[in-house]
Amino acid sequence: MTTGSVWEWIIKSVVIVFGLLTGFAYLTLLERKVLAKIQVRIGPNRAGPMGLFQPLADAIKLIFKEEIIPSRADKIIFVLAPIITVIPALIILGVLPFGGIITLFGRQISLSLADLNVGVLYITAIASISIYGIVLAGWSSNNKYAMLGGIRSSAQMISYELALGLSFIGPILLSGSMSLHDIVAAQKPLWFVVYQPVGALIFWIATLAEVNRAPFDMPEAEQELTAGYHTEYSGMKFALFFMAEYIKMIAVSAIAATLFFGGYRFVLEDQYPILGPVWLLGKVIVLLFGMIWVRATLPRIRYDRLMAFGWKFLFPLALANVFFTAIGIVLEKLWLIPLLTIAVFLGAVVMVGISETRRWRSHVF
Amino acid sequence: MDDYKITTDALDDVGHLISERALKGETVLLNMGPQHPSTHGVLRLLLELDGEVVVNCIPDIGFLHTGIEKNMETKTYEKAAVMTDRLDYLNTVGNNLVYCLAIEKLVGLDVPARAQALRVILVELQRIASHLVWLGTHGLDLAAMSMFLYCFREREMIMDIMEMVGGQRMMATCIRPGGMWRDVPAGFEEAVRQFIRIFPKRIKEYENLLTRNPLFLERTKNIGILSKEDALRWGVTGPMLRASGVAHDLRKVRPYSGYELYDFDIPTQSDGDTYARYLVRMEEMRQSLRIIQQALDKLPSGPVRSNNRKFVPPPRAEIGVSMEALIHHFKLWTEGFTPTKGAVYEAVESPRGELGVYLESDGTPKPFRVHWRTPSFLNLQVLPLLAKGHLVADLVALIGTIDIVLGDVDR
Amino acid sequence: MAFWDYLPIAILFVISAGLAAIAVGLGHLFGPRKPTPKKLEPYESGMNPFGPGTRRMPVRFYLVAVLFILFDIEVVFFLPWAVVLKDLGITGLVEMIVFVSILVVGFIYAWKKGALEWE
Repeated sequence: MTTGSVWEWIIKSVVIVFGLLTGFAYLTLLERKVLAKIQVRIGPNRAGPMGLFQPLADAIKLIFKEEIIPSRADKIIFVLAPIITVIPALIILGVLPFGGIITLFGRQISLSLADLNVGVLYITAIASISIYGIVLAGWSSNNKYAMLGGIRSSAQMISYELALGLSFIGPILLSGSMSLHDIVAAQKPLWFVVYQPVGALIFWIATLAEVNRAPFDMPEAEQELTAGYHTEYSGMKFALFFMAEYIKMIAVSAIAATLFFGGYRFVLEDQYPILGPVWLLGKVIVLLFGMIWVRATLPRIRYDRLMAFGWKFLFPLALANVFFTAIGIVLEKLWLIPLLTIAVFLGAVVMVGISETRRWRSHVF
Repeated sequence: MDDYKITTDALDDVGHLISERALKGETVLLNMGPQHPSTHGVLRLLLELDGEVVVNCIPDIGFLHTGIEKNMETKTYEKAAVMTDRLDYLNTVGNNLVYCLAIEKLVGLDVPARAQALRVILVELQRIASHLVWLGTHGLDLAAMSMFLYCFREREMIMDIMEMVGGQRMMATCIRPGGMWRDVPAGFEEAVRQFIRIFPKRIKEYENLLTRNPLFLERTKNIGILSKEDALRWGVTGPMLRASGVAHDLRKVRPYSGYELYDFDIPTQSDGDTYARYLVRMEEMRQSLRIIQQALDKLPSGPVRSNNRKFVPPPRAEIGVSMEALIHHFKLWTEGFTPTKGAVYEAVESPRGELGVYLESDGTPKPFRVHWRTPSFLNLQVLPLLAKGHLVADLVALIGTIDIVLGDVDR
Repeated sequence: MAFWDYLPIAILFVISAGLAAIAVGLGHLFGPRKPTPKKLEPYESGMNPFGPGTRRMPVRFYLVAVLFILFDIEVVFFLPWAVVLKDLGITGLVEMIVFVSILVVGFIYAWKKGALEWE
């Protein structure tokens, strides 16, 4: 423990925070560009070459917009809510390894902020906290749309957190550690997605719900609830909610890459540790592209069906996934895990298909 | 924060429609619209919600009232035609058509065969364009946002054809009493054929995105079931009626403008839910293509406007050489023509249902009374019936499925 | 050294919080403020709102919350077990199966009782 390492932490923190902010800014641009391409449009192309300065223009616009605090709102909570929402999104990546150890200015620097031995637990804990901001925003606005959006989102997030938490168990079982560094190290021979195909799928679906992305963007279902929990927000306070959502997208993609897709490891990373963050970024972009693609393609699922899907399909499936993974590990036959879990998954899909068809036929719901 | 109570004055003139529970504060009263992303314009719905379940849904209309009916009474018959476009702005040509059909019936005007066929082509193109807007916005309401832009891509082709014919994309007013404003330009046939070639593939594309999509089925199956009896009782027409199992289509039942010459089917479904209405409209687009194809193949040549100079102004070239033509031109554009006393009702099948116009003449050059029987207005009546017991989220699907155009509802 | 492990996280937290506060502050500093009574009304699609915005909510949401607390705590028990399963071997697996069976019985009970139905 030296002053030097404190400075190191401060610098790393600043890099993470500003890296995420830049990532957020360009993620909005990426999303708009990709959506535009899918929808045979052009997308932003006015501010700078290929619209590269668009995020900057948006930020400046939002700073100079009028801030409205509704007269019947609970003012302190109303102002605090966006801050409470954005902090967890920014600190969730504190335990994530971005790369191995590099040598810079004659110092050995590990490319991560902290290596907690309860890293996974930290992530689940922080992910839950961001619900507070959204609920409080909905409640303090004193607006019916916002209120409905707020409690919808809280119910949705806690429902999907069960499946999310259970899908963390697979990598932990396989690596025998809760530290994300160990999980990455354990994936050196083979990515965990090979052993955990169903686990990875559950994780991905649950994170879509967790970060309120389409088709689970219920809380801000603009066609129903105008803007959901942030109906009354404007200017920078609105920007913070927006920021939180997109940073969370980046964060969960990074976590998914770390848990299931080998983290920062990829070809040549052993020789050149500096490539670690680059590979991680590449994997994150691929996963983010998947999220944007889903948004462009799928209609929104209805709220009651969303809850049913989370509780009746995803949760039991995640439980079964953990169970079969444990069997494979205890029997020391890892190849059994993907076979068993995929069989269970297909069985569950067929069962749901049959019951849904029956429901539609019978005209009751 | 609970210091203000709901009083009946605050409910202006809808207080008597809500339940006691709302006044006691057991249910929530929520305004949806007029300024709301998915009420398709300025429809206001006063919702009484028990949690997220709709207990009561009170549509409040009139935010887009334009007074077109009254305004038309102050114009001569020919000049009033231009206002008809503004009623149902997604079915502009259809509005022109029914108005012109009514005038032609009132004064006994003949329409050349070529004009009739062109009218059918334009109206069917317009039907496809209108269904495309419906499909796009319906998809958007359910958050299938790409749908909207794909539909508008094809609609743009139709808009280009409309511009080619009438000089304007939406409010072309190219159908006039006695025929068409002008003959179609040279590139018209090629443009329409191009559209017919491309469009079936595009319909398939939409169907790939939605028809078998479980999330879409989830949102539309068994939502807003309208029984055959209710549909008939409430005067519902158009695709909504056909989705409830009644094969009623004015193009078949009471053919006009030469529809009896073409071979086409009336798609029907028996479920009466949102999904059935979706299927009916998708199939209607295909049938419209069939009609256009046939009309285009046997498009007769010849004049496109009647030669009856008492009602139809002479062409520009004639005015320079004929004294008589000049007098007719002057008379028609200053005074207008004068039908005999009487009243007519004429109706066509608009994309939304039976679009009718009632014209009453008192023997002066201006109509004594114009009344529009607009399908959106009558179809909208069933919304409270459909909405009761559903979730708020289904409401947007229901508004979409009724396919209202507020210009058509409020007039 | 557990405390020192968490210090970097604390630093990150402080920086994030500072940044969020600065962002809100910037808006306050530069954004114009011209409030009118109408502008400060809660938004309800352009009409005057009826009654207060925060009202009693359907009991469903509380039910979900209670179920969540039950099951989430059980999920947390999985985490330490997962770390040491390799050492525990078959005994650990059997113990967890017993634990999960109890959980599943509770889950099926809740399902059959209709706690998971939204309507």
